[in-house]
Amino acid sequence: MNIIVVGLSHKTATVEIREKAAFSPNQIEKPLSELIQLEGIIEGVIVSTCNRVEIYATTRDIAGGIARIKRFMAEYHHLPFEALEPHLYSYHAEAAIRHVFRVASSLDSMIVGEPQILGQIKTSYGYAAEFKSSGIILNRFLHKAFSVAKRVRTETKIASSAVSVAFAAVELAKKILGDLSDKTVMLLGAGEMCELAAKHFLNSGAKGVLVTNRTFERAERLAEEFGGEAIPFEAFIENLHRADIVLSSTGAPHCIIGPKDAEDAIKRRRSKPIFFIDIAVPRDIDPKVDKVENAYLFTVDHLQEIVQANLAQRSLEAEKAEEIIDQEIGQFHKWLSTLEVTPTIVALRTRFDEIRRAELDKTIANWKELPPGAEKRLEALTLAMMNKLLHAPTFVLKQAGQGGRVDLYVDSLRQLFELEALQRDDEELELEE
Amino acid sequence: MTHMFFILTVALYACATAAYLACLVRTSPLLTRWAGRILVVGFTAHLLSTIHLANKLKYLPLTNLQESLSFFSLAIVSCFIYFERRYKVTTLGSFIVPVALLMLVASSSLHAEVRQLPPILQSNWFWFHALLAFTSYACFTIAAGVAVMYLIQRYFLKTKHFGALFQKLPSLETMDEISYRCLTVGFPLLTVAIISGSIWSEQAMGSYWVWDRKETWSLIIWLIYATLLHGRLTIGWRGKRAAILSILGFIVVLFTFFAMKHSIIW
Repeated sequence: MNIIVVGLSHKTATVEIREKAAFSPNQIEKPLSELIQLEGIIEGVIVSTCNRVEIYATTRDIAGGIARIKRFMAEYHHLPFEALEPHLYSYHAEAAIRHVFRVASSLDSMIVGEPQILGQIKTSYGYAAEFKSSGIILNRFLHKAFSVAKRVRTETKIASSAVSVAFAAVELAKKILGDLSDKTVMLLGAGEMCELAAKHFLNSGAKGVLVTNRTFERAERLAEEFGGEAIPFEAFIENLHRADIVLSSTGAPHCIIGPKDAEDAIKRRRSKPIFFIDIAVPRDIDPKVDKVENAYLFTVDHLQEIVQANLAQRSLEAEKAEEIIDQEIGQFHKWLSTLEVTPTIVALRTRFDEIRRAELDKTIANWKELPPGAEKRLEALTLAMMNKLLHAPTFVLKQAGQGGRVDLYVDSLRQLFELEALQRDDEELELEE
Repeated sequence: MTHMFFILTVALYACATAAYLACLVRTSPLLTRWAGRILVVGFTAHLLSTIHLANKLKYLPLTNLQESLSFFSLAIVSCFIYFERRYKVTTLGSFIVPVALLMLVASSSLHAEVRQLPPILQSNWFWFHALLAFTSYACFTIAAGVAVMYLIQRYFLKTKHFGALFQKLPSLETMDEISYRCLTVGFPLLTVAIISGSIWSEQAMGSYWVWDRKETWSLIIWLIYATLLHGRLTIGWRGKRAAILSILGFIVVLFTFFAMKHSIIW
């Protein structure tokens, strides 16, 4: 049995193509059932996020399976095959295992180490499990991928630092203001960047939002969205002291907050610090504000620097993660190879024969007056019994060898007769969350 | 016995110092946990050694510089253990534990003179006074440690240097809170210590205040911290100014402690 991966990602396709090739999670049942009805495809899982669309499947026919899945992706979305094909990559065997482990561990992400991808794969797997398109191999495979991702997360520092400007701003704010839960954010102007950062602050527990804008309606609308308070633009300076965090991105041609304003606001706050973030170009906040005691001013460039440094740190950690993945691939590959029919039949026969021989030897050794020729006849008798007993399972196994259920049989047999100690640590079986 | 505990304490504090300093350059939850554990064991040994000595001498061992240094160190470590648990600030250990170790080593290098307890010290007011004074000094030591950390972190933020140490240090707000807490505990203790000291002075020398050098410097310390606390409570003094004053206060504490040993007590 082989695992194959076919897909496209931010590395091979533009967002326009990714959009067209994406599978909507609301109607995932249809493509899943069509997928496993493809000739030679036994199990299937579809992962579809904004950065990647991938299909994981098992098949006996690698080349055929890959070709059919590629065609399926094009046909399902009514895309010309020639247009889609160049963006598709495919992996099989060890490369497929490595790929999925890397994706789950967020090593293949646009932002290495970002945490969403693991949840997205878990959800995708959840659908496949619900609609029974995944079976024994993909179940085991994806659980393994989740445990590898968990190991990477705990054993490396790959996900421990902020790698987006908005997130870096939140981290920085925590370094100044500590716990954000009783802090207020003031939004000056309304840029996309600014709103995003405000959302991050609210997600991190910030208490309230004050919004100001030259057009008051705009401010009111935003305030409503964030559950905050709108302030007329003319009055924002008087309200500056209420903010712990000031996010600024107005289109003003010159600075709208000077050092004097900051100083007054801080005095009114009884010297509690204010964290200013200036995202606007040209700048909204006079650089001299940073010289004011207890005022801390950062521009988007400073935040960008933090992000760059963190990214560099992450690529170092990624190397450690690759090592972990190398170790885990070997283990999984070993399990996969035990699922083949022929070695299983051999193992089963060997197991039976061992038992037969052991019991035979014991009987003969204890039999005091063994009649001549009895040993030979006992041998023949036990051998015939064993062959008869094994006939049916062997036949069924060989018959099933072409279909999808064989893995289930093989796996059950191996467990029932303890054909080898399967390394099944509980951790990898548990589906977290 | 006392000596054995003492050696053990020095060894454990040295290990804890090494561990806390290592915490500055390496991120490891295991290391952090062990640094804390070693320090607690060291503290226990220190406490036992002090109790044992007190039992042997039949008075609290803070009548000469050697004993006082060891007691000062004990008070600092106990304060630090409290603040570390309360605020989860490992980095504070990298600044405070070495100070405690240094004091203990200094104490052990001093010669212990066997002597009769002067009658002037045989007063309960004296013990009360000394105990409170040391606890308040320990609070001020923590405040000074936090102030140094605050200034470093502030420097990083103002110059936009975001290195490893920046990541390690706690937030400005946390440090501000710790230093405020130290002040609100340390200052009342110091006040009561000075009052009880003057009562003892009245008993021993017949006057509440004799303007001896030690008394004068204690008053200066009291004034510094009173200013700090007053500024904080009225106009919200915090940040750089509060940190500098806090460090200044600690320097005066150290000066008083070391330079005034030829005064009444010693």
